[in-house]
Amino acid sequence: MRTLLFLLRKEFLQIFRNKLILRMIFALPLIQLILLPYAATYEMKNITLSVVDHDHSEYSRKLINKFTTSGYFQLTDYSETYDQALDQVEKDVADLIIEIPQGFERDLIRESETKIVIAANAISGQTAGLAVAYSNLIIKDFNNDVRAEWLPQSRFNTIPVIEITGSNWFNSQMNYKKFIVPGVLALLVTLVGYLMSSLNIVKEKEVGTIEQLNVSPIKKYHFILSKLIPFWVLGLIVMSIGFVISFIVYGIYPEGSFWIGYLFAGVYLVALLGFGLLTSIYAETQQQAMFIAYFFMLVFILLGGLFSPTENMPDWARYLTYINPVSYLIEVMRMLVLKGSSFWALRYHFLIITGFAVVFNGLAIWNYKKTV
Amino acid sequence: MNREVVIKTDKLTKKFGDFIAASEITFEVFKGEIFGFLGANGAGKTTAMKMLIGISKPSYGKAQIAGFDVYKQTEQIKKNIGYMSQKFSLYEDLTIKENINLFGGIYGLSGKQIETKSNELIIKLNLYKEADKLVGSLPLGWKQKLAFSIAILHEPKIVFLDEPTGGVDPITRRQFWDMIYEAAHNGITVFVTTHYMDEAEYCDRVSIMVDGVIKALDSPAELKKQFNAISMDDVFLRLARGAQRGD
Amino acid sequence: MKQLITFIKKEFHHILRDKRSMLVLIGLPVIQLLIFGFAITNEVRNTNIAILDNAKDEATQNIITRIESSQYFDIDRTLKTNQQIEKAFKTGRIKVAIVFQQNFQNELVHTNKAQLQIIADATDPNQATTLTNYISTIVMDYQSELNQQNNLPYTIKTEMRMLYNPQLKGAYTSVPGVMGMILLLISAMMTSIAIVKEKELGTMEILLVSPMKPWLVIISKVIPYFIISLINVATILILSVFVLGLPIQGSLLLLIGSTILYIFCALSLGLLISTVTDTQQAAMLISLLGLMFPVVMLSGYAFPIANMPLVLQVLSNFVPAKWYIIIVKGVMIKGIDITQIWKELLILLMMTAIFLTISVKRFKIRL
Repeated sequence: MRTLLFLLRKEFLQIFRNKLILRMIFALPLIQLILLPYAATYEMKNITLSVVDHDHSEYSRKLINKFTTSGYFQLTDYSETYDQALDQVEKDVADLIIEIPQGFERDLIRESETKIVIAANAISGQTAGLAVAYSNLIIKDFNNDVRAEWLPQSRFNTIPVIEITGSNWFNSQMNYKKFIVPGVLALLVTLVGYLMSSLNIVKEKEVGTIEQLNVSPIKKYHFILSKLIPFWVLGLIVMSIGFVISFIVYGIYPEGSFWIGYLFAGVYLVALLGFGLLTSIYAETQQQAMFIAYFFMLVFILLGGLFSPTENMPDWARYLTYINPVSYLIEVMRMLVLKGSSFWALRYHFLIITGFAVVFNGLAIWNYKKTV
Repeated sequence: MNREVVIKTDKLTKKFGDFIAASEITFEVFKGEIFGFLGANGAGKTTAMKMLIGISKPSYGKAQIAGFDVYKQTEQIKKNIGYMSQKFSLYEDLTIKENINLFGGIYGLSGKQIETKSNELIIKLNLYKEADKLVGSLPLGWKQKLAFSIAILHEPKIVFLDEPTGGVDPITRRQFWDMIYEAAHNGITVFVTTHYMDEAEYCDRVSIMVDGVIKALDSPAELKKQFNAISMDDVFLRLARGAQRGD
Repeated sequence: MKQLITFIKKEFHHILRDKRSMLVLIGLPVIQLLIFGFAITNEVRNTNIAILDNAKDEATQNIITRIESSQYFDIDRTLKTNQQIEKAFKTGRIKVAIVFQQNFQNELVHTNKAQLQIIADATDPNQATTLTNYISTIVMDYQSELNQQNNLPYTIKTEMRMLYNPQLKGAYTSVPGVMGMILLLISAMMTSIAIVKEKELGTMEILLVSPMKPWLVIISKVIPYFIISLINVATILILSVFVLGLPIQGSLLLLIGSTILYIFCALSLGLLISTVTDTQQAAMLISLLGLMFPVVMLSGYAFPIANMPLVLQVLSNFVPAKWYIIIVKGVMIKGIDITQIWKELLILLMMTAIFLTISVKRFKIRL
């Protein structure tokens, strides 16, 4: 046990001596936490609109007005022709085109049916989908306005209507930041922990100091623990600072217990660092370790459900998320922050992440050979 | 003469696939002896040494280090030996004192022992001013002397030195050998590989390895007589002439 | 010149000998594209929901059957009480619960009004909105079928056109994004690390005292990564066209030309990083935390820049990837020509010049 203390002192001394890295470990993730949630927003507020109005009637103006006052759309220009509007999209000036044909008002009132064209820049399917959905809402609303104006009240009530009321639990204000901040926090803890641990042992290999330790009588688990504990502490500190920033900047704090959060993060970090050490033991040079770390980081993050729901993935990708430790932390963080889930509700998450911790660290100790 | 044997090997062999890096090495080293392990680059010195210090498993053959078996008792061996590699391996981002502390602690010295040893060492190497400086900022010669002192900090039975004086100026080399003599005088057996033939003259006995095989083993004086040579350099050249490996 | 070639060969040997790294270098863009192309979709499927049917009549059965056959949702039938549903939300087992009022059909037939509540887990607000919309659409479909005889008057029909990407494929955004990311990773991060590694291990001095001019040493370190980047560009383009079905509308030559400019920009950025760091770990952390994240977040690839706060919109202008992604989207997908992207090209060129000037200055000071 005493040996472990000496090794730990060495690791901490080395970490605190390297001021540049220390500063980066703390500063970079936190800056990211402050900036990213502002960047990572799918809330659409400024869909730019180019209108081609061939009708110039009262109703066409009303429709356009309905769009521009909705809060989602911003009118950039009136184009003479559709091609001209298309040009605006090509230059990225406009996201959406509305073309109102000649005779729009006449057809609507006389034929009871008319048609308009809505064209969206669909390079980003997500943005286009939302823009079109908002347009549909506005047009539906406009339809009702027209009907209210022309139909007698009685005919309205003879049609059976299912009234749909929606309620949004856990985040009733639909605050996107409440969703993204816990996720980004989970991600940053992961990044710092995994990168630092995956580079550590391999650095000693590359510089040659590991040989001096290998010829000494230290125990394998002492060595692994001495590598694990410092980053475990760092990870939890980064998380704590992250919680503080979430509260100060975004006013977000966990609905659930902080202690469950720390307990889970504690177990999670053991698992993650075990994986990092495994990477480090497997790699021959720091450069190689970085490649491998980068690879796993990317796959973990992309398949971790940070931005896109894992439910929507095809089966093969969904099965991959089950063996992705990062997705568990992201999920638990969100459940704690937004739903205030109890320990009992998280028992399976705890069980699985403990399993990861045992397996990864077991493999790390097993694979770390004091021989060459 | 009935001296205590501290290293004893019998047909110790290491193969990497078809390549035999060290072939049926058999020798004995006595307590307090300075044993030179000579050979050209690639002759198999380092491979042989790594088997002796317990970080490389032999393919076959037997060996006992300080009475412990190299197959089963590697951790006991490690408690009883010191090691200094050709790659300088103290932590450059730790200070001299911190390095002493670390390795003292790893070998289980008590806090008091570490403090006494640390002070002695700093006085001996004349490092008062540098004691709290990072090892990385020291000149190479100082680092080597420091590394050796730390390797014998826990008073091991045997200290293994893998080309300890590579790249060091002649004066520092001389000083380094003075430290080796002192260690041997205190009863520590010194097992040293080198390819400086003048250093071979300082050893009590030397073995010369060519292509993984020990070609000669005796005191420098005897070897010179045997090969009718004027210097160890000469002995070495005669033996190594037929070598296949090396650069 | 002969010296230079010898040096480049040396660097290539270093890189090629390291099989694992090569595998990651070449494989990473492939995996990334496949994940983006096939795994990450905005289409709803397999979402677990609960239904609390307080009516259990023909109308509710009808709606439930429709929901079930839509393929979007898996109905968890074990959940039967309010309490169970609340619990299921908390453990994350379900994302949506649908509650039918009592006497649903009766109310619908006799008062022309029936109520249905959709409760969504709004942890992810976008997902909640999307799921609520999907279910509403299914219910509305049922309703309009009931009303087939009375067609709604005064209706504006819309003709939707999805420009450039009619099938709303995710690849249209991810391919330019992945190109911007991978090239920066390989060119900036790897070169900075390769150069810093020589510093850290002390071999840089040996190279610099050799008769080679220092800038030749640097060029020889950079060229292999340049070539690997080109290989990646080729892989990405081939995959996009033949596997993901993405067109190259504009001039291939222009696309490749601007890509080479971007690679130069990234290489000079890598050089700059290598002049301000001394250890591989530092170079790696700067590249990864300080570079990759801005690229993912502020390049307009993952999130639309127009929605960001002004500060971030201004900051995004300093991210080279933003300009490159605009170019790739323009040339590849919209098929525009050089007259419409010369501004972006000029900005990349200026950035490259600035990075190079600073690194050359810093490099000289250190020597």
